[in-house]
Amino acid sequence: MKKDLLGIADLSRDEIYLVLDTAEAMREIGQRPIKKVPTMRGKTVVNLFYEPSTRTRTSFEIAEKRLSADTLNIAVATSSVLKGETLVDTAMNIEAMAPDVIVLRHASSGAAHLLSRLCRSRVINAGDGMHEHPTQALLDAFTIREHKRRIEGLKVAIVGDLLHSRVLRSNVLLLTALGAEVWVCGPSTLVPVGVERLGVRATTSVDEAVKDADVIMMLRIQQERMQGAFFPSVREYFNTFGMTMARVARARPDVIIMHPGPMNRGVEIASDVADGPFSVILEQVANGVAVRMAVLYLLAGGAED
Amino acid sequence: MDAGRMSKSLARIAHEILERSASPADLEALALVGIRTRGVPIARRIAAAIHGINGHDIPTGALDITLYRDDLMRHAVGPQPLIRRTEIPFSIDDKRILLVDDVLYTGRTIRAALDALIDFGRPKAIQLIVLVDRGHRELPIKADYVGKNLPTSLSQSVQVRLTEIDGRDEVEIQES
Repeated sequence: MKKDLLGIADLSRDEIYLVLDTAEAMREIGQRPIKKVPTMRGKTVVNLFYEPSTRTRTSFEIAEKRLSADTLNIAVATSSVLKGETLVDTAMNIEAMAPDVIVLRHASSGAAHLLSRLCRSRVINAGDGMHEHPTQALLDAFTIREHKRRIEGLKVAIVGDLLHSRVLRSNVLLLTALGAEVWVCGPSTLVPVGVERLGVRATTSVDEAVKDADVIMMLRIQQERMQGAFFPSVREYFNTFGMTMARVARARPDVIIMHPGPMNRGVEIASDVADGPFSVILEQVANGVAVRMAVLYLLAGGAED
Repeated sequence: MDAGRMSKSLARIAHEILERSASPADLEALALVGIRTRGVPIARRIAAAIHGINGHDIPTGALDITLYRDDLMRHAVGPQPLIRRTEIPFSIDDKRILLVDDVLYTGRTIRAALDALIDFGRPKAIQLIVLVDRGHRELPIKADYVGKNLPTSLSQSVQVRLTEIDGRDEVEIQES
């Protein structure tokens, strides 16, 4: 592994499988009476979150604590766009206190890369703007592999707000690297120009995207990132792109439904789908801890290859 | 040590375990835990040997001690060691755990294994079985059952090979 985990784009196939296999072993720790191993004793991890987050921050913190690291949370929740200077200053101040790992969530694409160049600490990207969210894609792949025993050759339909989604980019990079057939679907205003260059099939028809799919991955409508009207109304969006049981029925009978959270029920996904028998949404959350433990372990000790 | 000697050593250890567990209650409390990688097949062979003697099935688990190693975060000389699953499909509370490894050397692996085991519960006792004791302890650790004492120098390395993993049974001393 390299010094930092900034994106799936930096990982080889073998490194992806190394993370997934290590996560298998880490998951068992969460089932013990004492859910803690001494591996990162004496290591300090700073969770620096410039955007609101429940799942990812909690998941990282639990993962760090299960590995016995000392953890520190800095939540810089703010609505203004932070200038490069501010992030650099904050980073240099944190760096001066010599943490071993910095986990960064930031609204600007490339923020983790900036930190990586400036800091000796190892940097884990916990989501940067509309760019990447590598640990989410890794936990999604872990969840898919657990259910399907493979990733190669699966049809994966990703439906929703493709334009603003870092989860989309990381997942597409990972799933195509491992040989899945990825379809993306959303209203044409929310499909990034040239998305096919990433090696996916794009469509505006949900029925076409989910037909015979092994995996349906829903993406949240990110109203906080939308400056302008991308679709006429929430109700119209749900009618055209929302995942309903009728649409799920077009997929394979053993389809799994995923969502990175937080869900907008009745916008991109119907409640009976989210809570239904095909949903693995809460398993994704559980697997997130094991995958983040694996990433922390693989980065925090050892040397660069 | 060749395949014949290895299987005799393990059979002898199986008999010794049964001699020291005279009562049915003692026997019932036994459990084997192999340390990954090569302790696991050795533990299974001992369990099979005991089954062959008196028909009793001893629960057997596998322990990966990587996350408990004392040198894990010290030397940044290469990529992190691979972690494998720990599988102990029984409660270790009040059990007499027979910890199994292939080679006993510095004792640091066993130290890590003791820490790992105790995170799973409170066994009544933990005893140590090794196929080969090569000496040079760095910690106050001693095996309860030893297949063979093999005096070695620090410049040598001891390689245990097992059919399940390496395709054949043998113990080899190599000059390094």
